[in-house]
Amino acid sequence: MSDQACEAKPAAQLAAASPEPRFEPKIVAFLCNWCTYTGADLAGTSRIQYPPNVRIIRLMCSGSVDPTYVLKPLLDGADGVLIGGCHPGDCHYQSGNYKARRRTIALKEILRSAGIDETRVWLRWISASEGQRFADTVTEMTEFLREKGPNPMRTEWAV
Amino acid sequence: MQRLSLTLMGDTMMEQKPRIGVYVCHCGVNIAAVVDVERVARAAAELPGVVVARDNTYMCSDPGQALIKQDIREHGLNRVVVASCSPRMHERTFRAVAQQEGVNPYQVEMANIREQCSWVHRDKGRATEKAGLLISSAVAKATRLEPLEQREVDVTPGVVIIGGGVAGMTVALDVANTGLPAYLVERQKSLGGRVAELNRTFPSLQPVSELLPPLIARVQDHPNVTVFLRSCVSQVEGYIGNFEVEISGYGETGTPVGGDPGSKSDAPRAGLSVGAIIVATGYDVFDPDRTPELGYRDYPNVITSLEMEERLIRGDLTVDGRSPERVAFVKCVGSRDARVGNSHCSRVCCMYTAKQSRLVREMLPEADVTVFYIDVRAFGKGGEEFYDEARSQGVRYRRGNVSEIYRKRSAPGVDGGLAPHAGAGPVVLVAEDTLLGQPIEFEADLVVLAVGMEPRKDAGVIQQLLKLPRSADGFFLEAHPKLRPVDTAMDGIFLAGCCQGPKDIADTVTQAKAAASSALIPLIRGSVPVESASAVVNEELCAGCAMCVDVCPYDAPTIANLWRTSRINPVLCKGCGACAVTCPSSAIRLQHFTAAQVLAQVDALVQ
Repeated sequence: MSDQACEAKPAAQLAAASPEPRFEPKIVAFLCNWCTYTGADLAGTSRIQYPPNVRIIRLMCSGSVDPTYVLKPLLDGADGVLIGGCHPGDCHYQSGNYKARRRTIALKEILRSAGIDETRVWLRWISASEGQRFADTVTEMTEFLREKGPNPMRTEWAV
Repeated sequence: MQRLSLTLMGDTMMEQKPRIGVYVCHCGVNIAAVVDVERVARAAAELPGVVVARDNTYMCSDPGQALIKQDIREHGLNRVVVASCSPRMHERTFRAVAQQEGVNPYQVEMANIREQCSWVHRDKGRATEKAGLLISSAVAKATRLEPLEQREVDVTPGVVIIGGGVAGMTVALDVANTGLPAYLVERQKSLGGRVAELNRTFPSLQPVSELLPPLIARVQDHPNVTVFLRSCVSQVEGYIGNFEVEISGYGETGTPVGGDPGSKSDAPRAGLSVGAIIVATGYDVFDPDRTPELGYRDYPNVITSLEMEERLIRGDLTVDGRSPERVAFVKCVGSRDARVGNSHCSRVCCMYTAKQSRLVREMLPEADVTVFYIDVRAFGKGGEEFYDEARSQGVRYRRGNVSEIYRKRSAPGVDGGLAPHAGAGPVVLVAEDTLLGQPIEFEADLVVLAVGMEPRKDAGVIQQLLKLPRSADGFFLEAHPKLRPVDTAMDGIFLAGCCQGPKDIADTVTQAKAAASSALIPLIRGSVPVESASAVVNEELCAGCAMCVDVCPYDAPTIANLWRTSRINPVLCKGCGACAVTCPSSAIRLQHFTAAQVLAQVDALVQ
């Protein structure tokens, strides 16, 4: 088949015809119980659809996200990690989200120096009333990671 | 020192191998229409530690609960995983089910396959796959769950009430009438608060002199109420049920004074042990210096509504010895005005302006009484009727925000016609009548600025002392605007009156009585349940660096023992986990959300 014929084919047809299925990134999400987890529940009760690529772990506070919680999924081959907390000033524990913010900045610094793509880690403030924002964030992150391609750790780490 | 012992309710499950039962709920068709529940239940049965896995139409129903109970008995389950709705919905239900059969309630885990799966995904194949992952994550966590003790701590009866206004006095009386001691702390030298400055109340027009003195007398004469005048709370330690509150004298300078050098018996220093604290510190009146365009400082016949109250008490409305012929009221001064930092409505100005305008009409039947308003908010019982009555008595309402007040140059001979700001004479209100759609200038002999309420300038002191959050408007923040309106983020500390937001006397009393009854619940019960999922220190790993002490918002960790290692008071700990992440020695473990549990969940999810 010539290149021109290939181009003429609509993209959808190409995708259907290709034996390789579309890349589906794996996202692990650590959500604080009071804001973002509740926001994710609200997305559910509002039936707002988003890609099933996200797998949620409930924590009490974004401030309790240990750096290893982020590193382990990335080293194990997850394509992205989402940390969800309360908006600044709204933390149920007064200042946990600020701690999460500082820790995430430091962690990204470390990821960068270790050669791990730090844009795979997202920290977002999503309140209990922002179901739509949660769904949008997951959609956006899924598309971003699909664009970016699989986490190279998936293959590189397995020696 | 209290330490969290791992004594078990029921038997010693910690030593036992996990025996897990997995229950996949159809939730009618809510889950089953998208997720292949039978398939995920079959897959769950293969997971390590799982003894039995079932699916059922409604797990929360009586037959669903009975199924779990029966399996616990027959299969000797020691952990239960329910895959259904959000744990925020039914975790309590399934914990109770487990507890009834002797399984520790903290060995129940839920997989949220409704709100976070079947309701948000349409692709059946991928939703089923995700539900399977969420269940294996829950099983991985359940395998590592530890039994926790549901703890109760005894409480010290008694309540400290900060602020001796109507709110504080109402709380004190309700507490004292149950037979418990109430300690009322007031900075001023007398009780009564702001209401003492008022003339009559709306909508009943009852004189405050009939309302307040009897209330003050009842408080002062009550055998269970101790009143501390010219005093303030200077230190607070402890937690719900067991607060240690230090009372200091409050000097004229506005700062706490040590002991009571100047003021004899009025300001003793006292240390009180109580079970609850009520904040009833009230509000500040807006200072119209911050709206200089309204000329409050420049013209003596521009006064605030509180000064008007004082004039009404004296029964003297004269300006320069003459009765004013035109009286104007300007509403929303310092309220609903983002320029001065107050976007909120003060809620009382509409009604007290209606009241004052009616009283002026009564005292000066010949005078023209005009109210300039943005909107009239005459809510509350009898409010609209009262406002209607004001209008029917001849008070004129003009819709328009007053932008400026100035005085015309006096006529020659009055004061030489030179100084525009000196002496007496009418002032001119510049406004836009928004109903007519045209600018107007209105002359008045007496102008009353209906000043609003704002948070106390020194609210930060109480905020620091009690660690109370404040909302964007600066008032203290309630735990939930609808369901927990008098609670705060701090257990055992409650709000009453205008420190939480502007309100009238009736609403203040309502809230004060609500705060009193909420505070009395643990005190009458005799004990309070505390968060079981607290953090614990492994003292053998702890290096005593005190980073946990710095990072804890609740002062739960202390480095106090002989070995200079940290210890976390499980009653103060709210289980946020900040210390566990901060600890450089990994000596702190947040129970129920331990690193081992979370990382096991990660493993299950990233297969």
